[in-house]
Amino acid sequence: MEPSEGQQHPIGLYLKIWALLFLLSTMSYLVDYFHVQGLLRWFLIVVFMLLKAGLIVSIFMHMAWERLAMVYAILLPPLCLLVLMGLMAAEADYTHWIRVLFFGPDGG
Amino acid sequence: MDTGSKRTQGVLSRSWQVLYHDWASDKDAFKQVPWGKAMMWIFLVSDTFVFSCFLIGYMTVRMTTVEPWPVPSEVFALTIAGQSIPLILIAVMTFILISSSGTMAMAVNFGYRRNRGATAALLLATALLGASFVGMQAFEWSKLIHEGVRPWGNPMGAAQFGAAFFTITGFHGMHVSIGVLYLLAVAFKVWRGDLDRAGNYQLVEIAGLYWHFVDLVWVFIFAFFYLW
Repeated sequence: MEPSEGQQHPIGLYLKIWALLFLLSTMSYLVDYFHVQGLLRWFLIVVFMLLKAGLIVSIFMHMAWERLAMVYAILLPPLCLLVLMGLMAAEADYTHWIRVLFFGPDGG
Repeated sequence: MDTGSKRTQGVLSRSWQVLYHDWASDKDAFKQVPWGKAMMWIFLVSDTFVFSCFLIGYMTVRMTTVEPWPVPSEVFALTIAGQSIPLILIAVMTFILISSSGTMAMAVNFGYRRNRGATAALLLATALLGASFVGMQAFEWSKLIHEGVRPWGNPMGAAQFGAAFFTITGFHGMHVSIGVLYLLAVAFKVWRGDLDRAGNYQLVEIAGLYWHFVDLVWVFIFAFFYLW
């Protein structure tokens, strides 16, 4: 039997997060709607994405109240994916330029 | 050992000591965490790897192609009342999925308050929102297939667009569909009173973790596939 009754938090907190997620989604949609381009577009998309992900994981999935032992077991392994992303980006860049050289409009 | 831990006390914060003791105690590391919940988290970490591999694969094909990538803003535009609105269906789908996450969080909350009726009703509402999301996705798929988008090519640009689109949204849609069935099963158990007899509503929180994860994955798909 569990000693505690699980995760109990005021309903107002969930409603606030819900409203914030709506706001952030609207903002990221507006980035596309107003045709924001270039570095600013990518920056805004990533910022809104990370804020939304953070709110969902920490509040809705209750990670903010979990014990550190489990939080680290969940959050550390996916960091490997950043390494994979870096490797694939470097490789993709190389492949792209090879293709531009050999299959591009000016290539053979 | 006592002097050692006293010496480290100044360096490590209280949380870090708890972390260290939990992992070093040679018993269960996740203390006071029900096994069902720990197992669901482990499954979700593995699912994170699956979805990330799809998204990284998409990044790779999009970076390597010399053909122009189709503009999602135009591909997913809908004509409503004679006006072409960019990405509108995807925006609506995003709001629906976020709302379903909201009702799910409320269901977990009412579960721990032992409100059987409200929990079952909110779970049902979550499942209905999820089902409408899948319905809109089916509409989007048929629209794109009708316009000639295939996994091996499309009239708008780089051939890899179709493969990435069908793989990523298809796998996500499958997760939503399975989630709807999962939520209906949990809602039925709650309505029947199984959880009152079992003495706790952890089952609802564990189902909630899965559902919020599906919403979480959509946040990344929305950003990287539809907005990028």
